[in-house]
Amino acid sequence: MPETNRFLDYAPAPESTAILNLRESYGLFIDGEFSDGHGESFPIISPATEAKIAQIATADASDVDRAVAAARRAYSRTWTKLSGADRGKYLFRIARLVQERARELAVAESLDNGKPIKESRDVDVPLVAAWFFYYAGWADKLDYAGLGPNPRSLGVAAQVIPWNFPLLMLAWKIAPALAAGNTVVIKPAETTPLTALIFAEILQQADLPVGVVNIITGAGDTGSLLVNHPDVNKVAFTGSTAVGRAIARSTAGSGKKLTLELGGKAANIVFDDAPMDQAIEGIVNGIFFNQGHVCCAGSRLLVQENVKDEVVDRLKARLSTLRLGDPLDKNTDIGAINSRAQLERIRELSNIGEQEGAERWTADCEIPKNGFWFAPTIFTNVSTSHRIAREEVFGPVLSVLSFRTPAEAISKANNTPYGLSAGIWSSNGSRVLGVADKLRAGVVWINTFNQFDPASPFGGYKESGYGREGGRHGLAAYLTGAALESSGRGSSSAALTKGASK
Amino acid sequence: MTRLAVPKTYKLYIGGKFPRSESGRVYPVATSKGVFLANAAQASRKDARDAVVAARAASSGWAGATGYNRGQVLYRIAELLEGRRAQFVDELRLSEGLSESAAQRQVDAAIDVWVWYAGWADKYVQVAGNGNPVSGPYFNISTPEATGVVAIIAPQESSLLGLVSVIAPALVSGNTVVVVASERAPLAAISLSEVLATSDVPGGVINVLTGSAAEIAPWLARHADVNALDLAGADELAGDLTWIDLQIAGAETLKRVLPPESGVPTPSVERITFFTETKTVWHTKGII
Repeated sequence: MPETNRFLDYAPAPESTAILNLRESYGLFIDGEFSDGHGESFPIISPATEAKIAQIATADASDVDRAVAAARRAYSRTWTKLSGADRGKYLFRIARLVQERARELAVAESLDNGKPIKESRDVDVPLVAAWFFYYAGWADKLDYAGLGPNPRSLGVAAQVIPWNFPLLMLAWKIAPALAAGNTVVIKPAETTPLTALIFAEILQQADLPVGVVNIITGAGDTGSLLVNHPDVNKVAFTGSTAVGRAIARSTAGSGKKLTLELGGKAANIVFDDAPMDQAIEGIVNGIFFNQGHVCCAGSRLLVQENVKDEVVDRLKARLSTLRLGDPLDKNTDIGAINSRAQLERIRELSNIGEQEGAERWTADCEIPKNGFWFAPTIFTNVSTSHRIAREEVFGPVLSVLSFRTPAEAISKANNTPYGLSAGIWSSNGSRVLGVADKLRAGVVWINTFNQFDPASPFGGYKESGYGREGGRHGLAAYLTGAALESSGRGSSSAALTKGASK
Repeated sequence: MTRLAVPKTYKLYIGGKFPRSESGRVYPVATSKGVFLANAAQASRKDARDAVVAARAASSGWAGATGYNRGQVLYRIAELLEGRRAQFVDELRLSEGLSESAAQRQVDAAIDVWVWYAGWADKYVQVAGNGNPVSGPYFNISTPEATGVVAIIAPQESSLLGLVSVIAPALVSGNTVVVVASERAPLAAISLSEVLATSDVPGGVINVLTGSAAEIAPWLARHADVNALDLAGADELAGDLTWIDLQIAGAETLKRVLPPESGVPTPSVERITFFTETKTVWHTKGII
């Protein structure tokens, strides 16, 4: 090992899986208890070792019916009969139980998803607790949510979530839905249902009334049955733009309220006056956090031409210090790619990047024998027409483009059908605010990246979807009121047009 | 001796100009009793696309103007309408068969709706935005801004008030619009365009098409440079087409779609915010 890299020579420090108390197989969580699914069950594996974790049930049409019926019963008989204060107390209980079982959840998440334990332990799970804690307090304060007096819940919410932040996405969906008074049927991703199923045990410990949250597992077919179920009032989906489009089509005209959080191809813009140490860390965090399996990842680095070489050199040096390997090791920076299918997708797009003429650099790191891995990779000489600069790779692959003027940076940043997030690095206060104004993206991080908070709305422009999750805005997705009737308008100004039409 | 009147040629309003339909087509517009009034331009797919190009080109200037400025420009429309009140009352009496007083009520309401929405331009951000108390050293603020180009099917009834009630709210936040006017009674829409052309609204901010909504709307719904659809007047389209088909077409580019409603939409702040996107900006704070 070269002298400069000797400091990387850590002893392994794996988190023990002894804290887990997993079952061999998991059923569907409907009406407060686990029951068998009628579809074909399937195994889930650790993407780091390919070892089987458990056998998971598949919900077929009859199971989806059962789950939606349970949610409907709970909606009309129990949940809507409770005061907002009591709904809030259940959510507070859930937040506390998540905190109590935080280590167990973090280990399970890293085992099932492949993300480094330092991320599941320090980011995912603490945010899960924060999300429930934040929305718990809203449950009895909905009149202050800015949606007019007495906003009402919608009914049964069908929620389908992705595999990149399994438990965190569950929290983003369930917490506001319950605070607003809805009941839920949620389907975690096929490859990452484990923490959702442990969360079902937390709901039992919280003594949440049965049927208020139902957790069903399966693949895309199960998700499709759920969002298209006629007795569902609300659909919330996080995932790919292709599936989001299909859901927008199939729910058109149904009266179901729809929110979509879809793909992204975020620009991370670095000006020559950026605080460079922080910028390098921010770029690394922006694209290599969670192996790049982040819809808002800063996958397009736009760097001002006069500092491009410096930035790329420093990035390569920094990436050479990242440790790839066992997700449960506390020293691991880069975990496993979540699935073989995703690994193939990343490989395919990276190969196309090379074929299209971009220059590939990959960090020199040892790849474990089993499991799915992709070393941090940077493409330079990327042009805006390259597929790696246009399509969502959803992996640890950064495309570097350059610009000369702020106007060029803005124009390149906005040159995408997506509009989820963007980053700006510069010490010039008026410049960053001016650029932020011009970016067509739902979240703009200035001199930081990949920050999330339950109080902060998150969601996209354009083909990155619609609706917001988080904050006061996140409640609007789960409520209706005088001011929000499906197409009726507010009453405040009705007098203006009263009697004017025939 | 009675004077022989000079009738007006009604054309489209695209990019601040008044072109005929590139297709050369017109369709006859009659009074409610069937008396010929005028030939209106029957807009084509190409006209719709030209209108979207004009709307997109006008987008950054209009969205980039201050709320105060947009508010004044919108208010100016109300001022000009007030001065042309008699003309619009006549036009509505003829084309919709309204009594003098009913026509007056509609024109007055249309003017008042402009004034109401004009006042929102520099306020809706305060109502719909938010400073967010995140758990960390960050300045964090959410503000709504225009979604971009909004394609609108205007209500078929109350041809002036209906039109104003759908275009004004989209304009407040800085959207630019392509609107398909009431098919049966399109004349007030074109007369309104003449008001717009002499107001301070930049060309391309409002584009008005006349003709068949069923023919034009699918092209707008599929157009990749249209961000949102307001289907206010699309509940009864000609032929087999329904508003749901338009929503499905819009799903391809994930357009924001406001479904139809019966009658003239009531003015509301939700009509403004529906056509906005919330942007949340985080900035690091120094720890002092």
